[in-house]
Amino acid sequence: MPQLIINGIIMGSIIVLGSIGLTLTYGILNFANFAHGDIMAAGAYLCLFFLGLNVPFVVAVILSMCITAGLGILIDWCIYRKLREKTSVVLLIASIGAALFLRNVVQLIFGPQLVYYSSEIQMAKKLPFGIRIKPDEIFIIAASFLLIIAVHLFLKRSRIGKAMRALSDNMQLAGVIGIETEKIIFWTWGLGCALAAAGGIFLGLEVQLRPMMGWDVLLPIFAAVILGGIGSPYGAMAGGMIIGISQEVSTAFINPAYKSVVSFMILILVLLIKPSGIFGKKERLA
Amino acid sequence: MSGILSYLITLGIMAGIFAILTLGLNLQWGFTGLFNVGIAGFFAIGAYATAFLTKGPSPEHLGGLGMPIFFGLLISAVVSGLIAFLIGLPTLKLKEDYLAIATLGIAESIRLIFTNEAWLGNGNRGIKDIPKPWAELSAAPYYNLLFLLIIFIIIVFIYFFIEKSIHSPWGRVLKAIREDELVTASVGKNVFRYKLESLVIGSMFMGLAGGLYSHYISFISPDVFHPMQFTFLVWVMLILGGSGNNLGAIAGAFLVWAIWSGSEFLTDLLARISTDPKVSGMITNIQSPLRIILISVILELVLLYRPDGIFGEKKIL
Amino acid sequence: MLVIKNLEKDFGGIKAIHNCSLEVKKGTITGLIGPNGAGKTTLFNLISGIYAPDKGEIWFNGERIDGLKPHRIFRKRLMRTFQISRELQKMTVLENLMLIPYNQDGEGLSGVWFLPGKVKKQEKNNKKRAMEVLEFIELIHLKDEYAENLSTGQKKLLEIARTMMADPEMILLDEPGAGVNRTLMNKLVEDIKKINANGTTFLLIEHDMDLVMNLCDPIIVMNEGSKLTEGTAKMIKSDPRVLDAYLGV
Repeated sequence: MPQLIINGIIMGSIIVLGSIGLTLTYGILNFANFAHGDIMAAGAYLCLFFLGLNVPFVVAVILSMCITAGLGILIDWCIYRKLREKTSVVLLIASIGAALFLRNVVQLIFGPQLVYYSSEIQMAKKLPFGIRIKPDEIFIIAASFLLIIAVHLFLKRSRIGKAMRALSDNMQLAGVIGIETEKIIFWTWGLGCALAAAGGIFLGLEVQLRPMMGWDVLLPIFAAVILGGIGSPYGAMAGGMIIGISQEVSTAFINPAYKSVVSFMILILVLLIKPSGIFGKKERLA
Repeated sequence: MSGILSYLITLGIMAGIFAILTLGLNLQWGFTGLFNVGIAGFFAIGAYATAFLTKGPSPEHLGGLGMPIFFGLLISAVVSGLIAFLIGLPTLKLKEDYLAIATLGIAESIRLIFTNEAWLGNGNRGIKDIPKPWAELSAAPYYNLLFLLIIFIIIVFIYFFIEKSIHSPWGRVLKAIREDELVTASVGKNVFRYKLESLVIGSMFMGLAGGLYSHYISFISPDVFHPMQFTFLVWVMLILGGSGNNLGAIAGAFLVWAIWSGSEFLTDLLARISTDPKVSGMITNIQSPLRIILISVILELVLLYRPDGIFGEKKIL
Repeated sequence: MLVIKNLEKDFGGIKAIHNCSLEVKKGTITGLIGPNGAGKTTLFNLISGIYAPDKGEIWFNGERIDGLKPHRIFRKRLMRTFQISRELQKMTVLENLMLIPYNQDGEGLSGVWFLPGKVKKQEKNNKKRAMEVLEFIELIHLKDEYAENLSTGQKKLLEIARTMMADPEMILLDEPGAGVNRTLMNKLVEDIKKINANGTTFLLIEHDMDLVMNLCDPIIVMNEGSKLTEGTAKMIKSDPRVLDAYLGV
């Protein structure tokens, strides 16, 4: 069981990185971006590309994060920006199109097969309580932790971060205070997609890379966002960890193939019991 | 000549099955504004339901009751509607995109269950030898034409059912919900009830389409029902044809299916013409992603520049 | 007719409505005024069931209605309009009106398929009624136009037309005068007076003081989520607390 919890924390870190961006764009632009999983996959494959050029791993991660941020901003600029006047559902359809586009471009370039970042076999370290953990996994946890701290500082301290929180909390309110919405949207895509890239890379490191990997994490990150309350980055952090740990612990009882079904079940439970999520605002719609 | 003709007939049958799906989605999205992303799941449920009921006994899967095909198709629709009912209960009172996420989740769960529970539907190997209607004629050259005729009759029937239902006070309430839920509730309509009705009826058509697919291809496996690709195709058909327009929906299904399978036909041809096995192998490899890229680009272009589809909504008076 | 007792509504720690009690008498055109953020629209949302109150009671015609869903409240013959007109855009003006009548047999699928004759007859009557309303409101020439193509003022008229179709006992009007030009405004005032003369009670939020002072009696002033005072136009004008509230003192 302790081993499963550690695995859960690793998966949780990855889901958290994916869900922060999703919850912010969901809160600010008011639409569920179904392409977010595939943005994660795109980041992971970019990293593979840089590793192929013999770039050191950490540099490759940072480069991929920057380029993925640009990619997110580009997609917003080409498609979503022009549809913002329409209902949120039109944006949702557009995002499904973008998702399939990204996924298949990845498959076109890198092929449909499974790939690993490195072929070397890592020896797991033995810790108390029979826990075994690989150096890569320690790296994932540590790096995710650092990134989350950085996000926290950004949201609390910087002007743009504060505006972002205000905007995702209440679009109208922010309009009254006079926040330059377009600038914040730009930064939100950048931040969200950079984190998504990191999440995707860590997922590739922990499991493997394949064009469908973004699809595999889509339900878990949505579950994390809804569990945490849409628009709440701190909720997404808590939600992501809960989903990650529940998914891994569930494998003690049921077929591991059903991991995403587990997160889906949690999602449905949340919708039934408290649709606004743990940290969300209470809101009743007719 | 007969080769091309039989190709067109198979094309027509599959496009017709997709047209039924598109009509179901049009009721949900085009007229009520419900965002169903679980089409593949409802389709799969229908396909498996009738396979279990109508096939003879087999150790490879559940059921095998050897029932009449007509009955199997009926149950396909009913089971699919039931799943829609269960998914609608917790989500239809919430914001519209919750339904999207929930239907996507149910479609993926259904696929995973059929993939992993081998006792249920023989897992990834799928179910084969699903009976065809009037099987004794199936060797005849005109058999597919007969099948096409059946599909055609069903489409006409569904078309008139939806048209008559929509051009009524009932349909007026659905459209009002699509336009503004809050206003519709404020003038005394039980919005939840109507949304549930629309979701269930639309999904029943999707289940029926799944059942027809089952009997046409005679073979089903979970791979066919991949939530995103499959569902996406139906959405593109509806958006291209113009949501809120039933004839447009049917036309969209035929058009997109023609593009979809036409592109396969073309790349196949290219791969065969090329004498270098390396080149033809490469063409086969890139064919599937290229098709999806093509379709997704078409979708984005339609959304950006022709948001009402090629045909648009008919003004209903 | 409408009685509100000690109503409370909280939004994330902000008290939108706080200990609010008021009463609207049958047959009146009661005005509801107050500075921005006084809680007027929130009060409408609570009465019409869009939000459920945290505490307190709402009574209509001797029945308790707080916490009921919007469609249930409509069926008690209490109807509302919206501040920014919310016409059903991709439906024609006529459809916008024919939607309203309650208890149409054709609104159930069973009715559509098994009682076609009855549905047809009801549709004919509804259409006749809708045409009458459109004549009255002078939008008849636009009956087949999509509602989204109407001007702001015409949309306001359409909202009024909807309430006439419903023929409720009481109507909540949220800023009927917003964005409407003078000529249309006069027509609106005349229409409201006529409908009121037929026995319908009005409660209306309005920022245009001329309109309120001419049309409404009594006038209720809200501030910081509860009733500040109530009286005739003359009394309100001379009450120093009202001015203080608007100036934010």
